[in-house]
Amino acid sequence: MTSKISPDDVKHLAQLAKLKLSAEEATKFAPQLRDIVHFFEALKKVDTKNVVETSQTTGLENITREDAISRCKCEKSLIACSPHPVKKNQISIPNVL
Amino acid sequence: MNLTKKTLTELSELFRSGEVSSREITDAFITEIEEKDSKINAFVTPTFDIAREMADASDARKKNNELLSPLDGMPIALKDVVCTTECRTTACSNILKNFQSPYDATVWKKLKSAGAVLLGKTNTDEFTMGASTQTSAFGVTRNPHDLERVAGGSSGGSAAAIAANFCAGAIGTETNGSIRHPSHFCGVTGLKVSYGRVSRWGTMPMASSLDVVGPIAKTAEDCALMLQEIAGHDEKDSTTPDVEVPNYIAEIQHSIRDMKIGIPRNFFEKGIDENMAQVIAAAEAQLRDMGAKIIDIELPHAEHAVAAYYIIAPGEISSNQARYDGIRFGECSKEKDDLAKIYTETRSEGFGDEVKRRILIGTFVLSSGYSDQYYRQAQRVRTLIKQDFDNAWENVDAILSPVSPTPAFKVGENLDDPLKMYLEDMFLAPSCLAGQCGISFPGGQTDSGLPIGVQIICPPMKEACALRIAHQMQKHQT
Repeated sequence: MTSKISPDDVKHLAQLAKLKLSAEEATKFAPQLRDIVHFFEALKKVDTKNVVETSQTTGLENITREDAISRCKCEKSLIACSPHPVKKNQISIPNVL
Repeated sequence: MNLTKKTLTELSELFRSGEVSSREITDAFITEIEEKDSKINAFVTPTFDIAREMADASDARKKNNELLSPLDGMPIALKDVVCTTECRTTACSNILKNFQSPYDATVWKKLKSAGAVLLGKTNTDEFTMGASTQTSAFGVTRNPHDLERVAGGSSGGSAAAIAANFCAGAIGTETNGSIRHPSHFCGVTGLKVSYGRVSRWGTMPMASSLDVVGPIAKTAEDCALMLQEIAGHDEKDSTTPDVEVPNYIAEIQHSIRDMKIGIPRNFFEKGIDENMAQVIAAAEAQLRDMGAKIIDIELPHAEHAVAAYYIIAPGEISSNQARYDGIRFGECSKEKDDLAKIYTETRSEGFGDEVKRRILIGTFVLSSGYSDQYYRQAQRVRTLIKQDFDNAWENVDAILSPVSPTPAFKVGENLDDPLKMYLEDMFLAPSCLAGQCGISFPGGQTDSGLPIGVQIICPPMKEACALRIAHQMQKHQT
């Protein structure tokens, strides 16, 4: 898929990401993604033997806080953010299964 | 007296000395916005009534000698990814066009506690994804210096608001240039803080290992005033180290004589046009004139930063954007009976092209079979880029570099060529990936009068050093 990202590949990626693309969108994105991924190829030439990966830059690790229970004063306004009906102070959505 | 042209520092002094009230300052900015913002589109949600109330409260505190900070009574604007209880927070996306946050972001909470006055929320590329503010669901922000041109991005609304004299200070965010880039395009000063220096709690994320929140204002001194109030550890953001916050205003007063400034010429010389090169040469000459020592340095892996960034960031974006599913907040599709359809239709209708593109790239680079080839290799290159900076800091205190390859481009340009847009970040990506801090401030202009910025990059948590160099240079220029 790397060198030739087709509109079908784009649609497959979209499906994995819970996006629905029209045929026009898939056709538009395919060459753009192809160019971008082609641009990534330059990284393959960089010698990274024995180089560790960096996923963050602060060096902080395992930052924890006390496991204390506190009352949320904004539960009503949090629930009000949902576009779905509220029943018994809970968000009501269609059946999952 | 034209209040809106004054710096934040000047306005703060005028207010504290009793020469003007916060209400007068606030009304002056509101008049400016009402007259001119229809052409610029810096604000997506003005909060003028709230601003007047907050200004009156500041005036009352002034009367009682109870001022909270140098920012008390100062009208500011927030990029519309900073959650506020006062009004909607949209990320300039259709998926959040009516989102009302139940809480304030830490940065806004701190500014409010300092007495700042909220004039409104500013435009950004959708979810901060872009370098021109053209991907906003609420239309492009135009450059106050030339309305045919973009303000840069993604914090284009905040930078344009400063350039157009719409507010005394503004908050932007940066993941890969989004504070420094529009500051360069709009001829203002923007500070990209070190990763972790300012809490991101309540600020909508793009790529969590890179995102920072920082000030944009007329001068480095103004940025220092703002940073003083927003920097520091926040227990709600576990990426903020408990590192002491220095007295920035005191620190920036020191001379830069004998400071060592590195210039990575090999990295940028081929990538910039003649105007940009002249401005860098002028900045170099000024630094020498002020007694700084110029040292040529190499950042051998910096050229790979954009490619590494556009693998790492979309990877993080594709997982961060998963939260927008039409269930807990934001807009929801008309389809309400089938859960799977709610997810896909809400996201497909709610996200614009650039957000979709980045989700697709992220999904691709993280998918099985490709993650080692792309994502993990990019993270290894990120290590090499960071090592380049660590090596540089053994010899120099700061680095001088251009901000981006060109001055402000025209509205509509680069929109159909995402890769070209991504290259706008080529001089900004290395410092972002490595968690360094940097400041972009006006260095000169093109023959046709468009602003050109220069940037000073400093090691993590050395904002005082970046602000000091920029402040001393700005003082020397006037």
